[in-house]
Amino acid sequence: MSEQTAEMKHVEEVIIRFAGDSGDGMQLTGDRFTANTAIIGNDLSTLPDYPAEIRAPAGSLAGVSAFQLRFSSKDIHTPGDEPDVLVAMNPAALKVHLKEIVKGGTIIVNANAFTPKNLKLAGYETNPLEDDSLKNLYTLYSIEMTKLVVAACADMDLSSKDIERTKNMLALGYLFWMYNRPLENTKTWLKQKFAKKPLIAEANIRALDTGRNYGSTTEVFTTRYTVAKAQLRKGTYRNINGNYATALGLAAAAEKAGRPLFYGGYPITPASDVLHTLAAWKHMNVRTFQAEDEIAGIAAAIGAAFAGNLACTATSGPGVALKSEALGLAVMAELPIVVVNVQRGGPSTGLPTKTEQADLYQAVYGRNGEAPIPVIAAATPGDCFYAAYEASRIAVMYMTPVILLTDGYLGNGSEPWAIPSMDDLPDIPLKFVTEHNGEDRFLPYLRDEKTLARAWAIPGTPGCEHRIGGLEKGDPTGDVNYDPDNHHVMIMRRAEKVNGISRELPETKVYGKKSGDLLLLSWGGTFGSTRSAAEKLQSEDASIGHVHLRWINPFPNDLGDILAKYDKILIPEINAGQLRTMIRAEYLVDAIGLNIVRGRPIRSRDIIEKVKEMVG
Amino acid sequence: MSETLINTQQLKRSDFVSDQAVKWCPGCGDYAILAQAQKVFPDLGVKKENFVFISGIGCSSRFPYYMDTYGFHTIHGRAAAIASGVKVANPELSVWIITGDGDGLSIGGNHTIHLLRRNIDVNIILFNNRIYGLTKGQYSPTSELGKVTKSTPLGSIDRPFNPASLALGSRGSFIARTLDRETKHMQEMIKRSHAHHGTSFLEVYQNCLIFNDGAFENLTNRDVKEDNILYLEDGQPMLFGSKKTKGIHLDGNVPVVIDIEDDKWSVDDVLVHDEKDFIIASILSHITFQPGLPTPIGVMYAKDVPVYEDLHMAQIDKAKTNRQGSVSDILTAGDTWTVE
Ligand code: SF4
Repeated sequence: MSEQTAEMKHVEEVIIRFAGDSGDGMQLTGDRFTANTAIIGNDLSTLPDYPAEIRAPAGSLAGVSAFQLRFSSKDIHTPGDEPDVLVAMNPAALKVHLKEIVKGGTIIVNANAFTPKNLKLAGYETNPLEDDSLKNLYTLYSIEMTKLVVAACADMDLSSKDIERTKNMLALGYLFWMYNRPLENTKTWLKQKFAKKPLIAEANIRALDTGRNYGSTTEVFTTRYTVAKAQLRKGTYRNINGNYATALGLAAAAEKAGRPLFYGGYPITPASDVLHTLAAWKHMNVRTFQAEDEIAGIAAAIGAAFAGNLACTATSGPGVALKSEALGLAVMAELPIVVVNVQRGGPSTGLPTKTEQADLYQAVYGRNGEAPIPVIAAATPGDCFYAAYEASRIAVMYMTPVILLTDGYLGNGSEPWAIPSMDDLPDIPLKFVTEHNGEDRFLPYLRDEKTLARAWAIPGTPGCEHRIGGLEKGDPTGDVNYDPDNHHVMIMRRAEKVNGISRELPETKVYGKKSGDLLLLSWGGTFGSTRSAAEKLQSEDASIGHVHLRWINPFPNDLGDILAKYDKILIPEINAGQLRTMIRAEYLVDAIGLNIVRGRPIRSRDIIEKVKEMVG
Repeated sequence: MSETLINTQQLKRSDFVSDQAVKWCPGCGDYAILAQAQKVFPDLGVKKENFVFISGIGCSSRFPYYMDTYGFHTIHGRAAAIASGVKVANPELSVWIITGDGDGLSIGGNHTIHLLRRNIDVNIILFNNRIYGLTKGQYSPTSELGKVTKSTPLGSIDRPFNPASLALGSRGSFIARTLDRETKHMQEMIKRSHAHHGTSFLEVYQNCLIFNDGAFENLTNRDVKEDNILYLEDGQPMLFGSKKTKGIHLDGNVPVVIDIEDDKWSVDDVLVHDEKDFIIASILSHITFQPGLPTPIGVMYAKDVPVYEDLHMAQIDKAKTNRQGSVSDILTAGDTWTVE
């Protein structure tokens, strides 16, 4: 065969979805395409989507794992609505994902996996590769991936299982050819990853080459694509996912404060990677404590805060439910801890591996008594770093627990991220009292006049011995106090303190029109879809603005004035309307919701349609 | 034991008395425990500011308010977990957990067993009054089967825990017991708890005169207590009774009481206590509520095993030698690219 000269086409962006069995290595394939794409300089956004089962039966619909990647020559905010390309490693993957592929899109399948058994498992009565159902609507490339890798590695001393497993690299090599990307980065990575198993590394590299060669030497493929570099702002970039960024933000805050970072937690999907990441950073004096349960995780963090570490925990909704009594204690004891909730589908066990924004009420209201806690939400995977850092800063500055909301999509999703310099990050104003502040004793509830933060003295400080606890505190002694007036004062003080955090918030940025027909109001992980929708509508001259909320408790001081400048307000959320209820209650405005709770990010398209329906 | 020792300034009992009025019922066994603690703590060789008392919820858990040290009266059952965080965050501190049979064995049972398993160098003093006091008299996980209380008008149908057996089963490295009325013995046990490197578990039989008065009558009544208490001493035969003529003998693997004045037996037939012997500790914890056998008081088990925070800090130190660097290094590690 000779090298074919396929036509080279420039496109602005591409959305690829890799889908296969849990054991097909789709997450890894997606990760490698992402790493290579990041180095090339495209903007990108990813959405891993895995099943809750560790290994559902091979070939079953329940066992399908997917990874979506959008890369672009423009600045993008989401992993995209409908994929242009689907790589389906078996019939089940095709079945699950076909309906979301853009009509006229490209489908690449491993033909060898379309066996009668797999077809039956996926619920196909006939082989869709053999009739016209697919060919009429899509460009279908049916490649005998298994057969090709077996042939490529026939002379190697490896089991057929090991060889067949490299078929994901064949698919990757083929896509690298199709999108005009070099193979070297991936080869280097494979050599490092399989440094102790050189034969496996070799087989994977052969598979990668075979995929590329298959593209370049067969006549079936007539078009290749290039996506130009995105015009990102100046800086040094890396690719980062949200959970890693969260861990890094917490570690950065501890380093800035000059205190050890203490993490107490219990494994839970999709937050465990925060624990895993921090556990590897012992050299930076990071202390991770895998506790016996969620309650002990936060309890240990509260103890570490009492002893003067920068303390945190990360979990997901069910874990927060278990931690809520301890959160109340942190409110009462006025100790700084950061509690990260990587939200997942609920209620109860819900959809552990899917994303959702339905823990907002839980974060803001979910405790007994009047227990206000500041709530901040990250907007993008990279923003998790800044949100975690800001949560830590506010926690110690105001002596309060802070809840950071991220979600499964942000936690697992990734994007190119301009690496910040530690010098540019704000100070973490952590100060311990070293001499008693009362006449003859330490007064733990003597407050800073401006922030209302209480005085913080840690065990080991002579002369400041004191007792705190969950019973109502006397103002400012901290002694147990049952006086009715004191209780009222303390309730109001705690609320005033948290509300006062709004003074730390910068002026709210309005994207698009500063007043007009409609304001899009978003929070957390729906930033990307909403901003993309706003950009599109803006380009069509719609009279709309977009405000994204970073702090949900307290709201920014200027939010009421901004809301008043629009005729209508639309709040897209992956819940049944939680921010909407809060906004209605706080500002008495007729906010409308777009609430799609499918365990996946809301599509920009749905937001655009809703806006058009509202403003005609 | 890792706490910094001082000799410069002798502390006094009054240094440990806080300005808070003690609010237990008059005559409660808790007073005796507080008094012994305040008596012993000045002599432990720890700086006053390095003591931390952590408690949960219950009558016993008010204890930290009465000690003029650092203290944290937390939430029901969680003292063990909070204390774990305190100690790992600052291993220099001398951390004391004050808990009860409800707090530490019922709602907080999970934290207690896992703390013992990890062997963090903190001290647990568990006030066992075999009843719920603060909630006004329901049966507890150490109440005897058949106990009639407000919540069990026909008698409880729950089999109780024996705290010492539970602690031993959780792989506790120091397990001891004392009585609220045995002040000298309690002082000794507090000192031993402190001296142990690892988690110490000290159960104190404590009389709740309001809701369970006389629960330990057979161990405190002068007329009978000598026959019912087995005072443990390391390396000594397990003799008891007013004239120390009764002993514990192993018949196969069944502990029985023998009379060494009987010609059949001599002191050589009496089991010798060895604090480091797990099997002996198992037997001792097991005979606690056995009819016909005395209740062991003292150190049942004490063994040096690896301590959690020592291993933790050793890992941190090792990580620091193997890998230098700060957050900036991690920020820029891996594949990066620059946009001009
Ligand atoms: S209720 Fe019982 S345990 Fe509680 S203070 Fe009164 S006597 Fe002591």
